[in-house]
Amino acid sequence: MAVATKAAPAAAEDKELLISGSEAVAEALTLADLDVVTAYPIRPYDTVMQAIAKKIANGQLVAEYIVAEGEHSQFEIVKHASTVGARVFCGSSGVGWAYAMECLVVTPPLRVPMVCLVGNRALDDPGAFGVEHNDALFVRDLGWMLCWIDSSQEALDTTLIAYRVAEDRRIFLPCAISADGAFLTHSQALTLVPPKEKVDTFLPRYNRGDLLLHPDNPITVAPQANEDWVIEIRRQNDEAMKRASTVIEEAYADFRRVFGRAPDNPWFEEYMTQDAEVVLVGMGTISLPIKVAIREMRAKGKKVGLVRLRWFRPFPTEKLVAALSKAQAIGVIDRDYSMGSPFMSGVVANEIRAAMYNADRRPPLLSFISGLGGREVTLEDVYKATEMCYGAAKAGRSDAKTHWLGVRD
Amino acid sequence: MAALICEVVYRGIFQKNLAARIARGIVLSARKSGRWGIAFGRYGDSPQRNGIPAKDFAIVADSKEELEQNMARYEPKHTDVTIVLDDTLAKGVESWAWYGLQPINRLTVPHGTVLMTSLQSFDELLKDIHKKDAIYTLALVRARASFSGLWVYREDHTEVRILGALARIAPSFLTLDGVGQAIKEIEWGSDLKVESAKKAYGRIETREVKITEGSAEIPFSFGLPKWWEMREGVTIPAIPVGKPKEGGKGYVPERNPYFKKYTSRTMRPVIDFDKCVKCTLCWIQCPDSCFDVMPDGTYDANMEACCGCGVCEAVCPVEQCITMVNESLFEDNASQWEMWRTDKDRYQAWMAGKIGDKVATVRSHGFRFRGQYEQELKRDLDTGGVEITAGIPGENAQHKTV
Repeated sequence: MAVATKAAPAAAEDKELLISGSEAVAEALTLADLDVVTAYPIRPYDTVMQAIAKKIANGQLVAEYIVAEGEHSQFEIVKHASTVGARVFCGSSGVGWAYAMECLVVTPPLRVPMVCLVGNRALDDPGAFGVEHNDALFVRDLGWMLCWIDSSQEALDTTLIAYRVAEDRRIFLPCAISADGAFLTHSQALTLVPPKEKVDTFLPRYNRGDLLLHPDNPITVAPQANEDWVIEIRRQNDEAMKRASTVIEEAYADFRRVFGRAPDNPWFEEYMTQDAEVVLVGMGTISLPIKVAIREMRAKGKKVGLVRLRWFRPFPTEKLVAALSKAQAIGVIDRDYSMGSPFMSGVVANEIRAAMYNADRRPPLLSFISGLGGREVTLEDVYKATEMCYGAAKAGRSDAKTHWLGVRD
Repeated sequence: MAALICEVVYRGIFQKNLAARIARGIVLSARKSGRWGIAFGRYGDSPQRNGIPAKDFAIVADSKEELEQNMARYEPKHTDVTIVLDDTLAKGVESWAWYGLQPINRLTVPHGTVLMTSLQSFDELLKDIHKKDAIYTLALVRARASFSGLWVYREDHTEVRILGALARIAPSFLTLDGVGQAIKEIEWGSDLKVESAKKAYGRIETREVKITEGSAEIPFSFGLPKWWEMREGVTIPAIPVGKPKEGGKGYVPERNPYFKKYTSRTMRPVIDFDKCVKCTLCWIQCPDSCFDVMPDGTYDANMEACCGCGVCEAVCPVEQCITMVNESLFEDNASQWEMWRTDKDRYQAWMAGKIGDKVATVRSHGFRFRGQYEQELKRDLDTGGVEITAGIPGENAQHKTV
C-alpha cells in the first residue's frame, strides 16, 4: 500500500544553509527524528558523526548516540535497535565498512531497514583517504539497496527517501547511501532544508509491525536453519528487492508532491542525452567534471551526454537500457575496479554490459577506470574517453579492453 | 543389483566415529572386490547433539558411472540395508531435519534388510518398529549400543562385526574375504578384528518381517511451507506461555509443536510420586523444560519434551525418587502421573518392574561414574553373557583387552 501523504502547510518554508554532504545527512536525520545512531570514527564517515553529535548537543535532536568499540559492534547495535522498533542510522568508510562485513551480511535477511552513509574511501593498502567505490560495492549482491549521490541537496533528500523506502513494510531492507569522500563529505554547498512539518507528512513513523521484537509480540529472530529453509529465505529477500523498484518510484513521486523537487526519474540523471551521439556513464561526483567537459565539447559541436546512475541496487535495467541504446557509443567511467572480471573492467561497466545483453540495439560500449584513490578526473580525461567512444561509434564495435584514465604511463 | 546403498543410523556424538568407521569399512571392503564407493555423513546433522539420531551413508557400485548416478542426490531415497547402532532407534528417527517421525525401516527397499545391534528378541523389537507395506528382513547382531570409536571407550569390534554381518547379507558386494582384507590391510591391521567379523558372519540372526508385523502407530509428520507462506525476517513465533493443568492448579508450558523428542531418548525418568518432596530441582534443572507441574505440586516428565539426559535423576535429592530406565522397556509415552493418580498400587507395581530391572537401569548414553563401562563389560563376561568385546572367555584369550 502506498503511504498517503497530506498536503504540506503553506506557511512552511525551506531554509537555505551552507552545509556539506555529511551535514546535510545530519539535517535529514534530525528532521526524520532519528532514534538510535552508533558511531565509530573513520574518515570521511566521521564527518556525519560529528554533525549528528552537534545536533544532539544543541538540543535539536533527541537520540541515543552510542559510541561503539568498532564498526562490527556499531552495526550490530543498530541492527538490534531496529528490531525493537527504533529508527536507526549508521555508516562507515573503506576498511571500516569491511570490518563490519559480518553484520552487513545478516542485515538484509533479518529485514532490518537500516539507513547508512558510506563515505566512499579507498580500501587499504596503501592507507589512503580518497574516494573509491569498492567499499560500498562489497554488499552489492546481498540485498542492500545502494545509491550514489552527487550534491549536499541530494544527500539530504535521498536520506529522507531512503527511510521512506527501507521502512516500507513491503521492503524492510537496508539502504546504503554512498557519498564520495572529500568531494561531497567535506564540501559545503548551499542546500535547502525543509521544515519539519513537511517531512512529517512525507515520512511516517517506523512501524516494525509483525516483526517487532517485543514481549507483546513473542518471536524468535534468526534461529539456526538447514538446507530445507535457506533458499526460501533468499527468495523472500529477492522478492523484497523486486518490490523496491515500485516503492522507490512511489517515494520520489510523493517527495515531489510534498517538497516540490525531486527528479522525475529516480534511477539516474540524464544530462544532455536527448540528442547525444556519445553517452558517458558514471556514479557520484564524477558528474561534475563530466558535465563541464560536455559543455566544452558541445561548444565545439560534439553531441555528448551523461547518464549519472543514482540507484545501483535495485539496478534500473529496463530504463537504463532504453536510455543508453539510443546512443552511437557508450563510455562507462568506473571509480572502482573488479580485478580479473570480464574485460578487466569496473563493476558498473560490466553491469551495463549484462543489462544490454537482451537489448535490440547494443551500441559499442567502452570501459574506463579513473579517479581511484580520490585522484581528480580531469577534463582532459573526459575528452580522451569521449574521443575513443567516437572512434568506436565510427568503427561500429566495442574494443574488448578497459582503459585506465589519468594513470601515469 | 548394480549398487548397494546402506544407511547407518546412530546416536549423535556418542556413535559418530563408530558410524563413520562402518561406512568407510563398507566401501573399502567392496573395493577389495573391485567396486567403487563413497562414504558420507548427512551434513544437515552437523553440528550433532548428544543422542539425537543421525545418519551416515555408504554406497558401492559396479562402476563409477553407477556410483555417480546414486551420488547425484543429497542423500539416498532408499537403502538396501539400514544399519541401526542402537535398538532404541527401533521406535523411529527424528532429527532436526526430518519434520516428523521417520520409521526406522522407511528407506529400506522391499526385501531389503534392517541390520541392528540389539540384545532384545525379534518380537520385542517388532513392538517398536513400524509396520511396512513390504516384506523385509530384520537381522540382528547381538550387542549393546556401542560407544566404541570414542577415544574414551574401549574397542568392542562393533564396526567389524557389522561388516561381517553385511558380508552375509550382501555377498555379491562384500565378500567375507574382502571384509577381512579391508580390515587387515587397509583400516585396522588386526587379525583379531578379522576374527570378530568372521564370527558375526556366522552368528547373525535373521527373520523375515511380514507386512502385518510391527507397530501400527501412524508416524506424525508435517509439511514445509512455501517461501511466501514463511514469516519474513528469519523470524518464527516464540513458544507461547503455558497454562495451568486443571482447576487453575499446576502448570504445563507450551512446547515446540514440530520437534518432539520421543526418539531422542535412550532412557527416560521413572518417577516415584509418593517420594517426591516437591523441591522443584528437576523442574528447574531440566534443560528441555520437560517437567509439567501437576495440581498436587509434584512434577511429571512429559515424554514429548524429554530427551533422556538424566539431569533430573542427578539433581533429585531423594533416593530412588527419579530413576533413569532404558527406553526399550516402554511401549508408549503416556503420563506417569496420570497412571499414578488413577491407581497408586498398580503404579507402584509398574514402577517396581521398571526400576528393578538391573539391565535396563545401569547405562544411559554416558555413564554415571568413571569405570562403569569396564564394570559392565566385565560382568557380562563373568556371567558368560553376550559377546561384545574381543575378550570372550576361552576365545582369543591371548588378545584379551578387558
